[in-house]
Amino acid sequence: MRVVRKLLETLFALILILWVLLPIYFISSLSLSTRKEVFSFPKPFIPREVSVDILRFFVEAHGTVRSLLNSVVVAFISILIVLVVSLPAAYALSRRRFRGRDSIMLFILTSRMLPIPLLAIPLTNLYIAMRLYDSLLGVALLHAAMALPFAIIILTGIFVKISKDFEEAAYIFGASKTKTFLKVTLPMALPGITAMLIFTFITSWNEVFAASILTVENRTLSAHVLNVMQASPIYFKYAAGFFLSLPAMVFIFLIRNYLFEMWGGLQSEK
Amino acid sequence: MRSDEKIYLLLAPLVLYILFFFLSPFGSAFKLAFFNDSGKFTLDYIVKTIKDVRFYSALKYTVLFVVTIIPLQLVTAFVIALYITRRGSSWLMFIVSIPLAISDLAAGLIFLSVFSESGFLNSFLYSLGLIKRPIYFLSYQNTWFLFLAVVLAEHWRATSIVLLILVAGLQMIEKDFHEAARIFGAGFIKEIYFVTLPLLKPSIQSALIIRTIFAFQMFAVVLALAGDMIPVLSGEAFFWYSLYRNPHIASVYALIIILISVFFTFVYLRVMRQEL
Repeated sequence: MRVVRKLLETLFALILILWVLLPIYFISSLSLSTRKEVFSFPKPFIPREVSVDILRFFVEAHGTVRSLLNSVVVAFISILIVLVVSLPAAYALSRRRFRGRDSIMLFILTSRMLPIPLLAIPLTNLYIAMRLYDSLLGVALLHAAMALPFAIIILTGIFVKISKDFEEAAYIFGASKTKTFLKVTLPMALPGITAMLIFTFITSWNEVFAASILTVENRTLSAHVLNVMQASPIYFKYAAGFFLSLPAMVFIFLIRNYLFEMWGGLQSEK
Repeated sequence: MRSDEKIYLLLAPLVLYILFFFLSPFGSAFKLAFFNDSGKFTLDYIVKTIKDVRFYSALKYTVLFVVTIIPLQLVTAFVIALYITRRGSSWLMFIVSIPLAISDLAAGLIFLSVFSESGFLNSFLYSLGLIKRPIYFLSYQNTWFLFLAVVLAEHWRATSIVLLILVAGLQMIEKDFHEAARIFGAGFIKEIYFVTLPLLKPSIQSALIIRTIFAFQMFAVVLALAGDMIPVLSGEAFFWYSLYRNPHIASVYALIIILISVFFTFVYLRVMRQEL
């Protein structure tokens, strides 16, 4: 009986792992083959040859490199904005219980629940008036807004964990509040802040609706792929799928310890 | 300056930023949906949207996706979450959360490698001797299969979010409750029904609301797998804006999306309060 149960449990875990990893294996093996091989049928489970032919085609295709650079620039501007706006706010939220704290937290959380089409479409008129339409800064401003609510949750959680005692020790030795924050609190919070920034990067890298609506020429990679894929050959789509998910998989590995902070924090704030 | 004032000063940039980017579009969306370019009130855009043939199928498919995907995700995530918390297996948790950071566009393209004509599903069926030549799964003649492909891709991508929320919730339930249940002779099923589920209610609620709100915006995954063969609300908003250059009707769609999201959230909260 015990053996059967153990066996069933192992089987369950195995199916789970296969379900998650097989699609990733499929897209990788197709993206790392040749344009000819993609159309061969039936396909062997283990690829006959490994080649960068398709990936090279994707990278050399018109618009790929430019939109890739755009994606990186947009993500970094978003990160900068998130950092500047969220650090002081999260610090304040973590250090004090003050009037209106819970309502501010609730307000931040519910704001993220607004659908992206509702944010992006009306924003175009405003952006045209502000000369932000079709600009990387415009896209980054919205991406930062989308990442802010979760950034606040993660950061507040991190600051709460850092004991006030360290700060008080710094005050006793005569450090000012700003100096204490920069020299004592910030270094201790650094790993968590990095995780939050990586999360912001992924949010921006993945976002496709707003990036397509708010730009015409200056597309991010996701928006570029979305707009050309209907007219592109299937190996372009494979390579795009592979390329787009690559940083996501690397980053999820880097921030794995903070995943619960993010989504688990959701309940404690409710 | 009093220290309370200082706190509000630290919070001001955040609150202003969010107010600007989340609330100001709300007003503009209403303006675009109900006023024409010369600023006169009109219901033309609403009428035009409702009269559009694709509107009904977009509404139908969006709701169908939501009511298929979310219960499915909730049940699988709950089973996996129970397994992971009981085994305390962190590497399994890590593997299962890999799709978490993958975008819906990428997930759609990834599943293309499974369902395309010369893809792996066809190759698998062929090697089993079940088919003689590849089946064209993703065609307009197989709408039900297009639907299924999108459901699978979404399930693959977004179940990990539900799972994380549920595992976090399960870890907060104290061991004492389980011990008490066992002392009073509750079996596995009874323990889950009378102890675990009621205590997990807040987590289930947040998972449900988050997933539903995001599922009503489903768009890129559908476009990647089904093109415009399966219309969804977000996709129509996108087409009306970028293809037909009509921000008014695109705004009507955006408002419809938030309207049904709010409606569903409200229904969940009501039902969950009575049940469980």
